[in-house]
Amino acid sequence: MSKIHVTTTVNGDPAEFLATPGMTLLDALRDELGLTGAKEGCGSGDCGACSVIVDGRLVCSCLMLAAEAEGQRVETIEGMAQNGQLHPLQQKFLEHAALQCGFCTPGLLMGAKALLDSNPDPTETEARYFLAGNLCRCTGYDKVIRAVLDAAAELRQERTPA
Amino acid sequence: MSETLERPAAKADLQVVGTRPIRPDGADKVTGRAAYGADFNMPGQLVGKVLRSPHAHARIVSIDASKAKALPGAKAVVTAADFPDLASEVLEGGEQASNLRDLSLNVMARGKALYHGHAVAAVAAISSEVADEALSRIKVTYEVLPHVTEVEAAMAPDAPLLHDHLFTEGLEARPDKPSNVARRHRNLRGDPEAAFADADVVVEGRYVTPPVHQGYIEPQACVAAWAEDGRCDVWSSSQGQFMVRTYCAKVLGVEISDIRVTPAEIGGGFGGKTTVYLEPLALALSRASGHPVKMVMTREEVFRATGPTSGSVMNVRFGAKKDGTITAAEVELKFQAGAFPGSPVGAACMTALACYDVPNFLITGYDVVNNTPKVAAYRAPGAPIAAFAVESAIDDLARALSMDPIALREKNAVRDGTKASYGPTYQNIGYVETLAAIRDSEHYKAPLGPNQGRGVAVGFWFNVGGESTAAVNIAEDGSAVVVTGNPDIGGSRASMAMMAAETLGIPVERVRPMVADTASIGYSMLTGGSRTTFATGMAVVQAAEKVIADLKARAAKLWDVPADQVEWRGGEAICLDPKADKKPLTLETLAAQSARTGGPIAAQVSINAQGAGPGFGVHLCDVEVDPETGQVSVVRYTAAQDVGRAIHPSYVEGQVQGGVAQGVGWALNEEYIFDAQGQMENPGFLDYRMPVASDLPMLDAILVEVPNPRHPYGAKGVGEVPIVPPLAAVANALRGATGVRIPALPLSPPKVLAALDGAKAG
Ligand code: FES
Ligand code: FES
Repeated sequence: MSKIHVTTTVNGDPAEFLATPGMTLLDALRDELGLTGAKEGCGSGDCGACSVIVDGRLVCSCLMLAAEAEGQRVETIEGMAQNGQLHPLQQKFLEHAALQCGFCTPGLLMGAKALLDSNPDPTETEARYFLAGNLCRCTGYDKVIRAVLDAAAELRQERTPA
Repeated sequence: MSETLERPAAKADLQVVGTRPIRPDGADKVTGRAAYGADFNMPGQLVGKVLRSPHAHARIVSIDASKAKALPGAKAVVTAADFPDLASEVLEGGEQASNLRDLSLNVMARGKALYHGHAVAAVAAISSEVADEALSRIKVTYEVLPHVTEVEAAMAPDAPLLHDHLFTEGLEARPDKPSNVARRHRNLRGDPEAAFADADVVVEGRYVTPPVHQGYIEPQACVAAWAEDGRCDVWSSSQGQFMVRTYCAKVLGVEISDIRVTPAEIGGGFGGKTTVYLEPLALALSRASGHPVKMVMTREEVFRATGPTSGSVMNVRFGAKKDGTITAAEVELKFQAGAFPGSPVGAACMTALACYDVPNFLITGYDVVNNTPKVAAYRAPGAPIAAFAVESAIDDLARALSMDPIALREKNAVRDGTKASYGPTYQNIGYVETLAAIRDSEHYKAPLGPNQGRGVAVGFWFNVGGESTAAVNIAEDGSAVVVTGNPDIGGSRASMAMMAAETLGIPVERVRPMVADTASIGYSMLTGGSRTTFATGMAVVQAAEKVIADLKARAAKLWDVPADQVEWRGGEAICLDPKADKKPLTLETLAAQSARTGGPIAAQVSINAQGAGPGFGVHLCDVEVDPETGQVSVVRYTAAQDVGRAIHPSYVEGQVQGGVAQGVGWALNEEYIFDAQGQMENPGFLDYRMPVASDLPMLDAILVEVPNPRHPYGAKGVGEVPIVPPLAAVANALRGATGVRIPALPLSPPKVLAALDGAKAG
C-alpha cells in the first residue's frame, strides 16, 4: 500500500508524516506524530474526545482523513498552553474541578476554545448546545459549563484594555 | 493504633480537609500529557484484535486458524486451547465476587459462544490492517442454538439452557433439573401477608428496566509484554492493577510473581473496569508471538462484549396505615446476569428497603443467565434498579395517602439504632438530615410551570472499606510523596494528598501523590465500592501518623528530652518542656538532618479498613414534558447526600452531579436494544443515547455532613449513592407532570407519547 506524504502545520510548527489512504487525522496525530492528547472514544464522530481545530474549524479528527490535513493548520490540545502558561480555559477547568477522569477533557477544551473563538460571550444555553458534541460521562457537565463561562468572562476582561 | 481514629477531627481544626485545592494531576490532564490506556506504546509492539461470535448462542464445532497463521505479518492466533480449562472457584477482590471459571470463559469462549460478541479467537499482527485480514481468515464452524434474551423468558421451564451444570442455588431443596436461574435470594421479616391483610392502603406495580452500559468514554486498552524468561508486564487502564494481576495470573495459569501491572490513567470505569477482557488475551498473544501486543477495543466492542448492568423485571407492593406508617412490603426482583451468573440482584435485594423501617417484608431476587454480555459492576450495582421500583411505588403510596412524599419518607425513615432490612443496626447515618435538607431547600418550595412535574426519590449504598496500602516518603526538603495502589478515576490523588497534608501539617502543594504499579507498593483492592477515599485514605493517614511518631522521636533525640515531651503541631515538633527552651523543629529541618537521626524518613501501612459508613441520598427533580412529542426534559435537579465529611468538596459535588447525569440517562434514553437474533442493535453513541450538555440543567448538590467516626477525617464513600435515586426521581416527576405512571424505562418520547395518548383515550 503506497503512502501519502502529508505536509501540514501542527500547533504552529511544520509537521510531515506518511499516511495510508484510509488513515484518519486522529491516527496520524497519535501514531505518526506522537500527539496522544486527542483521544478515541468512538471513532464515529459521536463523542468529541478527538476534537481538534483545523484551519479555525472544530473537527472530529476521527472523521477526517489524515491526507486532508495537507497544507492546513492543525491545533491540538498540546498547543493550548503557551510559553509554560495554561490557557484560561485550562486554568478554569482546574479551578472549577471540571474534570474527573479527564479523558474527555482535551476534546472539551478544544470544543470550548472553538466556542469562545467564535462567541466570546456565550449564554449557558449556547455553551451547552455548542458542546453537545462532546460527551463527558463523569461530571454531568455542571462544572464544565461553569468553567467555560468563567473562562469566557476572564478572556473578555483580558481583551478590554484597563 | 492512632488516637484520632475513634473520633473525627473537629471541622474547625482542619486546615486542608474541606478546602478546594487544584488537583495534583490537573496540569497533565488539561494539556493532553496524561497517558491513558491507549496512549502507551512499546517498541516492536504488534496489534491484537479479537474475533467475536456472530451468534447469540452457538456451539463452536471447530476453529481453523491455519489460513490466518499463514498470512505474512500475522504473528499469532490464540483460542481457548491456549488457556487452561479452569475449575469453578470463587474469586474475591472485585466489586462483586466472581467465579474464576466464568471469568476465563468470558475472556475466551470454550465450546460454546454465549452471546453475540463473545470472544472466540484473537490474533496479533504487524498492523491493524493485517490483523483484520487475519481475523477474516479464521474459519469457525458454529452450530447455532436457540437463544434467550429477556429475563422472564430465560426463567421459563422450556427456555434454551445456557449451562447444563447450572442448578438454582438458594432453594429449600436442590432442583433436579438445571435451569437459567443461578440463584434465588430471599429475605423475610415478620409476617407480611398478615400485615397486608391489615393495611388501610395497598399500592403495587410491575416495573421493567433494560440493560444499560457504564458508558465510560475510554474504551478498554492495554499493552502486554511476555519476556523470554517468563516475566510479564501489563500496562492497562483498569480500576485496579492488583485485580488485573490476580485475574491474569489465574486465567493464564501463571504465577502472580511473574506479572507486573502498571496502571494507566483511566478514562472512566463506573464499575465496568473491575474485571479483565483484553489483558489475558494480549498476554497470551505476546507469549505466542514473542512481541509486545497492544489491544484497544472499538466502541462497538465495548458495547457488545463488556459488561452492561442487568435488565430487570420487578414487582413491588407496599401496605400502609392511614397515617402513613408502612407496615408491609413485598419486593420481587428478576435480574439478567448475561452469559454467566453474577447479576447484582443480591445487592439489589439488600438495598431495596434499606431506607425504610418496615416491620414485615419479603424480598425475593433471581439471578438469571441469558444470552447477552456478562454484566459487570455499574456504580452501586443493583441499587438504582431496585430503587426505581421501590421509589416509584412509594411515590404512588404518597399519592394514595395524599401525603407529602418527603413526610411519608420521614415517617418511615431508618435512623441510628434501626435494624436495617439487610441485617446490621445503623449507626451515625445521616438519612433524616438529608431528607430535611431537601424539604428545606428553596427548590422544594419553588412553583412549577405548565407541563412540569416534580419527583422525589431516595437511595442507599453500603460503601465498603477493605484492604489498602499506602506509603509516605519524606524527601530531604521536607516534602512528601504519598504512594498508593488505587487508580485515580475522579480526583482521588487530590484527596490522598490533602489527607496526608492535613495530618503532617504541611501545605498540600508539598505532597506529591503517586499511583504505583503492583511491584512498587503493597496490595490494595481495586478502586470501587466507594472505598478509596475512605479505606486508602485511612491507610495514608496512618502512614503519615507513623511518620509523625518517627519525627517526634527524632526531635526528642536532637533535644535530648523524653519522647513524650514532644508534640507534633502545624508541621512542627514542639517541645512541651518549657525548661528545655527549644525552638520548634519544622519537618523541613528534621528532614534535612535525617541522616544524623537514623536515615530516611518513611512509613508504609497496610490495613483492612472497617467501618465505612453507609450513604444516603435524597433527590429532587423537575421535568417538563412536551405534550406534542413526548420529549421529557429535566429542568431542575437538586441532590442532597450525606457524605460524612467532604475531603475535597468540589470532587464530592462532582461525584454527585456525575451520578445524577448517568441516572437521568438511564431514566430517559439509555437501553440495550436486541434484535430477534439477539444482536445488539445500537452499539454506538449515536443510537445508545447518553446525556449531552444540552440535555441537562445545572445540577445542584447539597453536601450533608454527618461525620463517620471510624475515619480520621469523617469521610464516607460518596461515589455510588448518587446514581441510586435519579431513575425514580425522574419517573416520579413525569408522573407528577402527566398524571400517568410509566413503569418501564427508558422514558423515551415514543413511550411517553403512547402513555399520554392512552391516558387521553382511557
Ligand atoms: S473519537 Fe472522534 S468523535 Fe469519538
Ligand atoms: S471527566 Fe471523565 S468523561 Fe469527562
